[in-house]
Amino acid sequence: MATASSRPPVLYRRRISRGAKHLLLIGFGLVMLYPLLWMISSSLKPEELIFREPGLIPSQFTLDNYFEGWDALAHPFGYYLWNSAVITALSVIGNLMACSLAAYAFARLNFPLQKLWFALMIGTIMLPLHVVIVPQYIMFSQLDMINTIWPLILPKFLAHDSFFIFLMVQFIRTLPRELDEAASIDGAGYWRTFFRVILPLCTPALTTTAIFTFIWTWNDFFSQLLYLNNPDNFTVPVALRTFLDSSGESSWGPMFAMSIIALGPIFGFFLAGQKYLIRGMATTGLK
Amino acid sequence: MVDSLSLKKPVVTAPAPQNGRRRAVNRSRRETLAAYTFLAPWFVGLIFITIGPIIASFYLSFTDYSLLEEAKWVGLDNYTKLLSEDPRFWTSLKVTAIYVVVSVPLQLGFALLLALALDRGLRGLSFYRSIYYLPSLLGGSVAIAILWRKIFGADGLVNGVLAIFGIEGTSYVNNPDTALGTLILLHVWTFGAPMVIFLAGLRQIPSSYYEAAQMDGAGVVQQFKSITLPLLTPIIFFNLVLEVIKSFQSFTQSFIVSNGTGGPTDSTLFYTLYLYTKGFKDYEMGYASAMAWVLVVIIAGLTGVNFLASKYWVFYGDSK
Repeated sequence: MATASSRPPVLYRRRISRGAKHLLLIGFGLVMLYPLLWMISSSLKPEELIFREPGLIPSQFTLDNYFEGWDALAHPFGYYLWNSAVITALSVIGNLMACSLAAYAFARLNFPLQKLWFALMIGTIMLPLHVVIVPQYIMFSQLDMINTIWPLILPKFLAHDSFFIFLMVQFIRTLPRELDEAASIDGAGYWRTFFRVILPLCTPALTTTAIFTFIWTWNDFFSQLLYLNNPDNFTVPVALRTFLDSSGESSWGPMFAMSIIALGPIFGFFLAGQKYLIRGMATTGLK
Repeated sequence: MVDSLSLKKPVVTAPAPQNGRRRAVNRSRRETLAAYTFLAPWFVGLIFITIGPIIASFYLSFTDYSLLEEAKWVGLDNYTKLLSEDPRFWTSLKVTAIYVVVSVPLQLGFALLLALALDRGLRGLSFYRSIYYLPSLLGGSVAIAILWRKIFGADGLVNGVLAIFGIEGTSYVNNPDTALGTLILLHVWTFGAPMVIFLAGLRQIPSSYYEAAQMDGAGVVQQFKSITLPLLTPIIFFNLVLEVIKSFQSFTQSFIVSNGTGGPTDSTLFYTLYLYTKGFKDYEMGYASAMAWVLVVIIAGLTGVNFLASKYWVFYGDSK
């Protein structure tokens, strides 16, 4: 009691400490983002200045790194962007379709062994990829699918990312059941209820799924490295990696320039879909 | 009331038909059929890309298999070789363990600290949150790993800054003593994701608790110790379990920063990188499968230990 009443200029003090706090937070944010800003600035200056200038404002401005990087590999960089875009778009579609179908069944329908299947689905969320990757690779290589996009997108169309099933189940459970019942009174079957009632209401969960699938697939390196060995099939991450291979340590400028281009779409989605990203993170703890 | 739901054509005028336990047989059969149809893609996936491969991988771990010849049964050989004759296996385990043990607490510490700083009606909260969250989205990418390699390289950003002060640094990426440290920093840098989860958790704590504590004259530190921290322990625990599992499986960073070798002198040889090398470079797929199962045991063990230990520090209030 005594301490609370013994500081009269509370408001004043609070304002100062607020200001100091904002300064700290902004300063820390700058430190966090400095590497990114430095990469952008480095990509815009002549190669030999990258090391000599740790500052952010290039003393000499040039786009050469971008032109050089674009044509540095076997194909122009746009080729790899396209490959990545195709795989990413199909992954998003696959996840949206397969996961929402499964989620509807788990959240709304009653069927024998439901608990068992649901437990299995939850169990696979935490399963390390490495336990299945060797046999998956063997299977896809026997199906002659190495160096095609199939090993990368087929699992999405088969709802392999149980994370998203779980996310959607949680979401559908929050929708009032009366909606389903009203639809069924109007004579709608399960499919109509799903497509006409549930799916439209699931837009937030679907958006979260789409954005996360986009970012994860676009960033994914391990499986693309594994399944795509032919430069004709390379995606952005695998192509970026060959920069390291082919150029050793020399051409950092072009490599930075192409890295910026590679991060661009992620950054765009981040700006556009922040709300869904944060909400998705907060409710399910995904990454 | 229950009977108002007729079998085929529901009576529209019925007062609020109830979806009770008494369901007509053919309706429940229809429902089962519909459910399994909705689940069909998932079932196919469960069999062919999850359960089938799990069984196959377990079998393969007892064989010698290189994709070209038939799998040859070798019993426990892979496991005994791993545990007693393969120093690189132990190195990779040690490297990964250090990485997890150092980077996860640091990352979560930063996440918690920043979440606390951002909580409670701070102006511009969503702006700060976005800035801190951004590295989490980018952190796993090849582009950022490349950037990291340059920042800590011989003529990179860090040495560029040090040069201003007249200090001459070496390449931190090529030095076995510091290479792992740069990867740990990269992981700490992505504290934004757990921070967002902490923020959501903080929002769950009723502000009336704080008001009551203030009334009783509790200071900020006291409030943190008696209200925030205990009520946040379930979230801390959740983040801990998640991050341990995830960081134990990190791959991209170590692959790019060491250019696929795990070097210098295996100082960044992550477990998964070694597994990848064994399975897909040396094509020792039986051996790689055995490694995968050891990984499962380790992760399950760590998670189990986490759960057991949680009894002593995680607080689940008995009210909501």
